Amino acid sequence: MTDTLFYVFAAITLISALLMVVSPNAVNGAICMIICFVTTAALFVLLEAYFLAVIQVLVYAGAVMVLFLFIIMLLDVNKDTSDLLKDKMTLGASITGFTLLVILTLSVFAGGQHLPETALLPVMENPTGEGVGIPFTTSAKSFGYSLFTKYMLPFQVTGFLLLAAMIGVIVVSKKHSENS
Amino acid sequence: MELLDAFLPYLLPIVYAVAMISVFMGLCSYSVLAERKVCSWIQGRVGPNRTRVPLLGHIPILGNLLTGLGIFQPAADGLKFLFKEEIVPGHVNKFYYMLAPVLALAPALTTMVVLPFGRYVDADGITQPLVLANVDLGMLIILGISSLGVYGIVLAGWASNSKYPFLGGIRASAQMISYELAMGLALLPVFMWAATPGSDYGMSLFGAVQSQQTLWLFIWQPLSALIFLVALFAETNRLPFDMAESETDLVGGFHTEYGCFKFGLFFVAEYAHVIMGSALFVLLFLGGWNFLPGLADPWGESLIGTLLSIAWFTTKVFFMIFFFIWMRWTLPRFRYDQVMSLGWKILLPLAVGNLVFNTIIIALYDTFTR
Repeated sequence: MTDTLFYVFAAITLISALLMVVSPNAVNGAICMIICFVTTAALFVLLEAYFLAVIQVLVYAGAVMVLFLFIIMLLDVNKDTSDLLKDKMTLGASITGFTLLVILTLSVFAGGQHLPETALLPVMENPTGEGVGIPFTTSAKSFGYSLFTKYMLPFQVTGFLLLAAMIGVIVVSKKHSENS
Repeated sequence: MELLDAFLPYLLPIVYAVAMISVFMGLCSYSVLAERKVCSWIQGRVGPNRTRVPLLGHIPILGNLLTGLGIFQPAADGLKFLFKEEIVPGHVNKFYYMLAPVLALAPALTTMVVLPFGRYVDADGITQPLVLANVDLGMLIILGISSLGVYGIVLAGWASNSKYPFLGGIRASAQMISYELAMGLALLPVFMWAATPGSDYGMSLFGAVQSQQTLWLFIWQPLSALIFLVALFAETNRLPFDMAESETDLVGGFHTEYGCFKFGLFFVAEYAHVIMGSALFVLLFLGGWNFLPGLADPWGESLIGTLLSIAWFTTKVFFMIFFFIWMRWTLPRFRYDQVMSLGWKILLPLAVGNLVFNTIIIALYDTFTR
């Protein structure tokens, strides 16, 4: 059952991702991207990462894509804008993406590593391995526990990056008043 | 018989889900009636009072009473939507035009999977929620899925390929982004208080209800409740926030080009969102099925107690639906820039301040009580 669902959702993810790239219509592309995000969330559910799945839907499929659609509709980006810069960017992006794909495939198949097993791994004890700890489960609680103990530094660095981005947006969008 | 045993685990959830959807859709159609009756009451009119079903409507006194109350009106409304000619305007994008009403209704119906509506006491004496799926991320799932509901409106506005629906769609998307943030931030303090250390509930709605046995969160967290309520009105696109529809300046907004059953789906979706929002507010701030503040559960552990808890929860939800309708016919619509400045300049800072304040209080409480 889980295997079948995995193949179904993986197929939908890949197909919608491909359609999103090749679709000439921006709105169609955005819709394909939403489908891709939602099916990725479904894959997270199959891995029993429920928190990640819900956040994926809430943040990406819900908020980010509404913003995308808003911009697409507001700016009417369907006009034909095939200039030289865009062609170069498309070329560069495809080469980078393809190189990454090749590296990934090589490292999985030729580098002695294997594909992840399809069966779910058994539930581990507290991954931080210190103090009393709580058993490692799929609940949001243990997710938060490891986030705020073992992965505290990466978490804070990510928060700092977001803060930098936010300040950048404020600086860029702020209108200069005449007095200052 | 063996076949039945094998399929029973899959069959029962389907039966439960169908039963819940039937009740929910019944509630939707009768909230439309409630809307019309309350509106006419507020405006000093009589409201729908003429629809009569042949046999039931001709019982001597009862029939006249039911007809006068408009009890048969939802059937007439539904049949009207069904039997109208299905018109698809020539200038629309057909695929998205047909998809949009479905996308508007489906999320509202999906969120009820994690909505608890009562409690029962199991064989071990432990109180359990009556819910289709009792997951510890209930609240997040509702927020996530209901955030997908805006695509129905946005796509309807875009696919209609005409000016006013398009403006409605754009307004809906901007409004949804603005108020989602305040809504989520207003909920955080609630769950920080509800999920005390050592509890296993996490972000489940059942845990939020169980934590309100002595004191309802409406009394304990009035600011969160206010921000959440305002954001709820905005997210359900109800007056005074119905920017997407706004019939005085946008004709009908996103559903201008829609008619017959497709419009009916949008219509039902709006009421489905209202009912879901009411139920959510009752669960989070009005104590769910807890009887009164201080007197949580006087009903006992029998089946009757379970039914009473459901009935009390439903009563509260009906009151909240009435509140939604009451607001609609009392307040005038905001201007669009007022909606935006209320969301970004008042509600969001207020929600952030509320969160920081509660965090400090909880930190102090933990420091001094240990």
